Amino acid sequence: MVALLLICGCTGTTTDPTPADKQQLRIATTTSLYDTKLLDHLTPLFEEKYNAEVLIVSAGTGKALEYGQRGDVDVMMVHDRAREDTFLADGYGINRRVFAYNYFVLIGPESDPAGVANMTPETAFTAIREKGTAGDANVIFVSRGDASGTHSKEQAIWKAAGFNYSTEVKGSGDWYQEAGTGMGATLEMANEKEAYTLSDIGTYLAYKGNLDLVTVVDEGDILLNVYSAMQINPEKYPDINSTVAKDWVNFMISDDVQKEIASFGVDQYGQPLFYAAENDWEKIGVTQAEVTDPVL
Amino acid sequence: MYEIIEGFTEAIRLIITLDPDVMAIAARSIVVSFTATVLATLIAVPLGAAINFGTFPGKKSLIGLIQTLYALPTVVVGLLIFLLISRVGPFGSLRLLFTPTAMIIAQTVLILPIMIGLTISALSGVDQVLRDTLHSLGATRLQFLANIMKEARFAILAAVAIGFGRAISEVGAAILVGGNIMASSFMSSTRVLTTAISLETSMGNIPQSIALGIILLIIALGVNLAITTVQHR
Repeated sequence: MVALLLICGCTGTTTDPTPADKQQLRIATTTSLYDTKLLDHLTPLFEEKYNAEVLIVSAGTGKALEYGQRGDVDVMMVHDRAREDTFLADGYGINRRVFAYNYFVLIGPESDPAGVANMTPETAFTAIREKGTAGDANVIFVSRGDASGTHSKEQAIWKAAGFNYSTEVKGSGDWYQEAGTGMGATLEMANEKEAYTLSDIGTYLAYKGNLDLVTVVDEGDILLNVYSAMQINPEKYPDINSTVAKDWVNFMISDDVQKEIASFGVDQYGQPLFYAAENDWEKIGVTQAEVTDPVL
Repeated sequence: MYEIIEGFTEAIRLIITLDPDVMAIAARSIVVSFTATVLATLIAVPLGAAINFGTFPGKKSLIGLIQTLYALPTVVVGLLIFLLISRVGPFGSLRLLFTPTAMIIAQTVLILPIMIGLTISALSGVDQVLRDTLHSLGATRLQFLANIMKEARFAILAAVAIGFGRAISEVGAAILVGGNIMASSFMSSTRVLTTAISLETSMGNIPQSIALGIILLIIALGVNLAITTVQHR
């Protein structure tokens, strides 16, 4: 048993220095970002450059914010501007930098039972809800239902379409199902049920090979999806690792990494999963400082 | 059906080629759960003996409570430990959240009730005649305990096996306090077989999930074989 353990332990790791020598950086991020494997691609570059070890916990934006608020992580990477603003205003986060963006898409079965292809997001949502509440059993919408950034965006679209989310959408019928889980798992579920769901384009492309679902709506200003990284405020939690956290934030907006982000996924999926934020700050509605200024 | 077969063949390939990621995860599962089982045994056996052979008011209620805790859901234990060791929690300064140590603590807490309870059962099942014989031969307290333990070792080892089984197969606590982290070093990662299966399945990587599942079963089988061998010595 012990021998087996040692063998497994030895074959399992590369020859890396003992963890005690390296600084550890704890990051909480959203499943939408993690499931695309962008971070797995970038962390080795960071680890080598800064002699650090990056530990990533993947959860919904809501949970990530919770971890940040409790000081259990050093950096947060999420995609919900409204809640990020509150987080910063409350003093839990500092030095937010925007490093990437892409778009959400409404995906659904090829048969498109609700007939929403190429509508605007708001009209499409309205149509789905109409058919769903009218009792069309083929029209199902799977929601993240987990207070994630994607879930927030979904709620924003319902609101823009003129509905009160808690009274007119949530729990309004079998057509609306809450997965309560990450983006990848939600896509799998929507696939099983041949349902509609809102997804960020990155995760969708990463999973497309496994899914029978297609993009039905992909145009609309409301679908913009902006990812940012921010440090947890060391004033709230003095023993947080703020040096490496700062390095990470600067790493994400550095030219080299921005180029990596812009090209990530092209070989595999034919299109990038993300757009680099560095030159598009006006387009995505943030300040230039948030995109280019390194944290001092 | 095709997906399952395809999954199986890929799984066998991952195992035979000793895929490094899969092996690291398996090794971590063993280390974490084995440590938890050892710790729990070290606490449960003396404690179980103390409770069984002691006489004190509320003894029956205590045993009843321990047996009720058999049904303690793993995710509840996870939540409890999470709240205790989170930075804002009472033990936050120990910085245990998202470490393998936290997982060991959670699993130890999880299997303690069952191991204490089964130890008590094992010891109380020892023949009264033996106990009287030991007393009449003038055994010291220590000699008495040692001999009773030896007599009950079959049942106590069964408790250890059950404890290990429960520890290595739980997901709820491991995810909450561990965070399912895959880092570059073995000691900092907290991804184990069960949490990895959960993740890989949710990502649609069926071959990896099946491979991890097979390994988990092999480990459980192996441990049980080992314990059975020791039991019958």
